[in-house]
Amino acid sequence: MPVHVRVQAAPFDVGQQTERLSALSPHTGGVGVFVGQVRGGQGLRAMTLEHYPGMTEASLQALAQEALVRFELTGCTVIHRIGRLEIGAGIVFVGAAAAHRGAALTATTFLIDRLKTGAPFWKREEYEDGRAIWVDARETDEEAARAWLTRTP
Amino acid sequence: MAEQVTVLFFAALREQIGQESLSVSIAPGGLSVRALRAQIEGANPAIAQALAEQPRLRVAVNQTLSTFEHMLKPGDEVAFFPPMTGG
Repeated sequence: MPVHVRVQAAPFDVGQQTERLSALSPHTGGVGVFVGQVRGGQGLRAMTLEHYPGMTEASLQALAQEALVRFELTGCTVIHRIGRLEIGAGIVFVGAAAAHRGAALTATTFLIDRLKTGAPFWKREEYEDGRAIWVDARETDEEAARAWLTRTP
Repeated sequence: MAEQVTVLFFAALREQIGQESLSVSIAPGGLSVRALRAQIEGANPAIAQALAEQPRLRVAVNQTLSTFEHMLKPGDEVAFFPPMTGG
């Protein structure tokens, strides 16, 4: 299947996922990959990813399908983790395989930009001093997602 | 027989309200998401306060992002949540 979407608590294997994308089609000339991970600092201990079961899978599937068509990809993978994740842990894997690097890299950016504010996930940060804070959506993230509405392809 | 919709809350809203879902009876004839919100708020001050503290409140109807003008029908699933922060 050219589109591969998963929402899971378990870690993902970046090498294995990248190889899977590479092997999908003999027409693939390159694979773009972005891995998001929990950034440490300012006393952060961990974060917990909450989601809306059902809607999450459907919105990621629609997004991946949109990328596949828009950038003429040979393959597209989105894996997002849920639950409690410690510093350095992978949160999200997005990968795009295409005939040429331009489409692969642009599609990768498209996928992560749109996913951040368009799929029903919420991050709750947990600090060393016991504070727990729900992350606020950043205006810059919403702008990045909106910009794709007017860009071509 | 009363007609009902299911209302869900996520993330900060769920935590603040202290429950993740409720069943709401609606009058026959249909109502908008905005009217449903007003009805829930009228019945529960804690929910009214939690929703008021979300300046960029989002809504999904049947697991698709929607608007406060959307007209609901019995059996719909309506979810309220803060802006999404995945990735």
